[in-house]
Amino acid sequence: MNIHEYQGKEVLRQYGVTVPRGKVAFTVEEAVEAAKELGSAVTVVKAQIHAGGRGKAGGVKIARSLDEVRQHASELLGKVLVTHQTGPEGKEVKRLLIEEGCDIKKEYYVGVVVDRGTGRVVMMASEEGGTEIEEVAARSPEKIFKEVIDPLTGLLPFQARRLAYNINIPNELVNKAADFMMKLYKAFVDKDCSLAEINPLVVTGSGEVMALDAKLNFDSNALFRHPEILELRDLDEEDEKEIQASKYDLSYIALSGNIGCMVNGAGLAMATMDIIKYYGGEPANFLDVGGGASKEKVTEAFKIILSDPNVKGIFVNIFGGIMRCDVIAEGVVAAAREAGLDKPLVVRLEGTNVQLGKEILNKSGLNIVAADSMADGAQKIVQLVK
Amino acid sequence: MSILIDKNTKVITQGITGATGLFHTKGALEYGTQVVGGTTPGKGGQKVDITLDSGKTVSLPVFNTVREAKEATGATASVIYVAAPFAADAIMEAVEAEMDLVICITEGIPVLDMVKVKRYMEGKKTRLIGPNCPGIIVPEEIKIGIMPGYIHKKGHVGIVSRSGTLTYEAVHQLSTNGIGQSTAVGIGGDPVKGMEFIDVLKLFNEDPDTYGVILIGEIGGTAEEEAAEWIKANMKKPVVGFIGGATAPPGKRMGHAGAIISGGKGTAAEKIAKLKECGIRVAPTPAEIGSTFIELIKERGELEKYLS
Repeated sequence: MNIHEYQGKEVLRQYGVTVPRGKVAFTVEEAVEAAKELGSAVTVVKAQIHAGGRGKAGGVKIARSLDEVRQHASELLGKVLVTHQTGPEGKEVKRLLIEEGCDIKKEYYVGVVVDRGTGRVVMMASEEGGTEIEEVAARSPEKIFKEVIDPLTGLLPFQARRLAYNINIPNELVNKAADFMMKLYKAFVDKDCSLAEINPLVVTGSGEVMALDAKLNFDSNALFRHPEILELRDLDEEDEKEIQASKYDLSYIALSGNIGCMVNGAGLAMATMDIIKYYGGEPANFLDVGGGASKEKVTEAFKIILSDPNVKGIFVNIFGGIMRCDVIAEGVVAAAREAGLDKPLVVRLEGTNVQLGKEILNKSGLNIVAADSMADGAQKIVQLVK
Repeated sequence: MSILIDKNTKVITQGITGATGLFHTKGALEYGTQVVGGTTPGKGGQKVDITLDSGKTVSLPVFNTVREAKEATGATASVIYVAAPFAADAIMEAVEAEMDLVICITEGIPVLDMVKVKRYMEGKKTRLIGPNCPGIIVPEEIKIGIMPGYIHKKGHVGIVSRSGTLTYEAVHQLSTNGIGQSTAVGIGGDPVKGMEFIDVLKLFNEDPDTYGVILIGEIGGTAEEEAAEWIKANMKKPVVGFIGGATAPPGKRMGHAGAIISGGKGTAAEKIAKLKECGIRVAPTPAEIGSTFIELIKERGELEKYLS
């Protein structure tokens, strides 16, 4: 789960990580009011959307007076920002972070991730702040330093200091930077983050070490123990169909094609998208109905797929392992009826009682095309939506 | 022969009194697996009666702890159907009880819990399969997990996979063509897990009954690339690969916690290129995993020995 920058900074502040003073604003008036309260000579107006690359897209503005704050806020609120992470449709700005400007001496990068290779949490840092870490990794990998953290001890002070020395934090600020990293690690672990990125981390003219930006992602498997984080979820930033799907424990991701897919199992769901594309079609979504797909789940899945106006046909690909094919077929027929399906539907069933399942589909009187294999089904649906 | 388990392996179910645990314990018993008991804290001393399709009833003892269950039954493997918030603890309990093999089916365990589990397992003898996996099966001998047993056929192809349903797909494609499997292992779709591809490949390489291997990977991480390098350097047997997720968009988690392309890394294209570079034949679509393998062994003039 993602949260906004201002929320991430609030979480970090609770752990003693230094962040600039700031306030969230939903309206122009709130923005001006916030700037007045901050009373700083320079104010930064930052668009809050769940995507990186905001600065380059014009989502971060510097204001030197309240009039300028008003001007920037009215320009940004309601504006659709297109960054390299939003896709071409962009994202509408509905919230702003009004923050005090600070006297930046130098920018650095600090990130925390779970590394699959070692099965450990890794903190990485670089002197190349402000640029994306992937870019640094490609251009000058020797400038990225990593510390692998033992979960029993947590990040050790010497590791934090070593990172600080390696990225050339000014000597007199090394302890402050190390302290910053220790607190960042604590926040990461306490809140079950999957990613924490401070880019840039800055040292200021007055000798502060602070997080100028903060990106926190959370492990959705661990949200059950963090109701306070779940409260920060911003549904405006998520696809409506994805929200609906999550209510029914369906794993759904919207894509841009026109063939709706309903599959059991994440691996098979991904592979089904691949095979549609292989035969010249474009999948409209990823949808895993899970192992125990009930009639209710299948019905909801149909409704979600059909709520996408781009969908011209549906491909159901189920490998009925534990579940019997006749039960699945009944579910599909009932769901298609209830959802008032008026688009081509290709169903591929495999597993126990497959013949019985196919009979149910054929006798339903609905316009359902039965497929003999995954490849056959994919070819059929691609033809039908053409 | 097989890897990790065989028909003599005694198994306990952790979380045996839960609906999922019961359901799949019955499935294992139906397949012929020697399930000898189970655990549910607080229900020690009770019995679980499971009536099989044949009408026969099996009465299994329930214990409070894994250690007790192991001592009383002589089980060497345990399978976990405990809810996600408690599953990491269940794994560590089985590791502490010195089980040889632990198979964790549970999906949705927090990643940092698994980081702790991996650390806890260091220097201990237990091997872990999963979490978030279908389990392991030796066709016509023993099944530990949630896979449909009947699609499998005894034979000589070893299968190792990050995805459950895609494994069934590959197995089905082989079985319907008369090609059986020696052992099929689902290592699971989580980023931090027990056995990795290479751990399983090593065992297949040493197993005289496994003649060839199918490796099914997906987007995210670099495990497939590492496996490819290992295969190139060490594998004595033919390997066919498949990578799911060629059309997955970056930054989106495709169902599995581990299936995500982050920072442009872990794409299917990169993985497929690496597999090919290491001499591994890659099935072009998920519908052709079986046929690609069969084609390869035909070219090697080995089809006959896979049919025996």
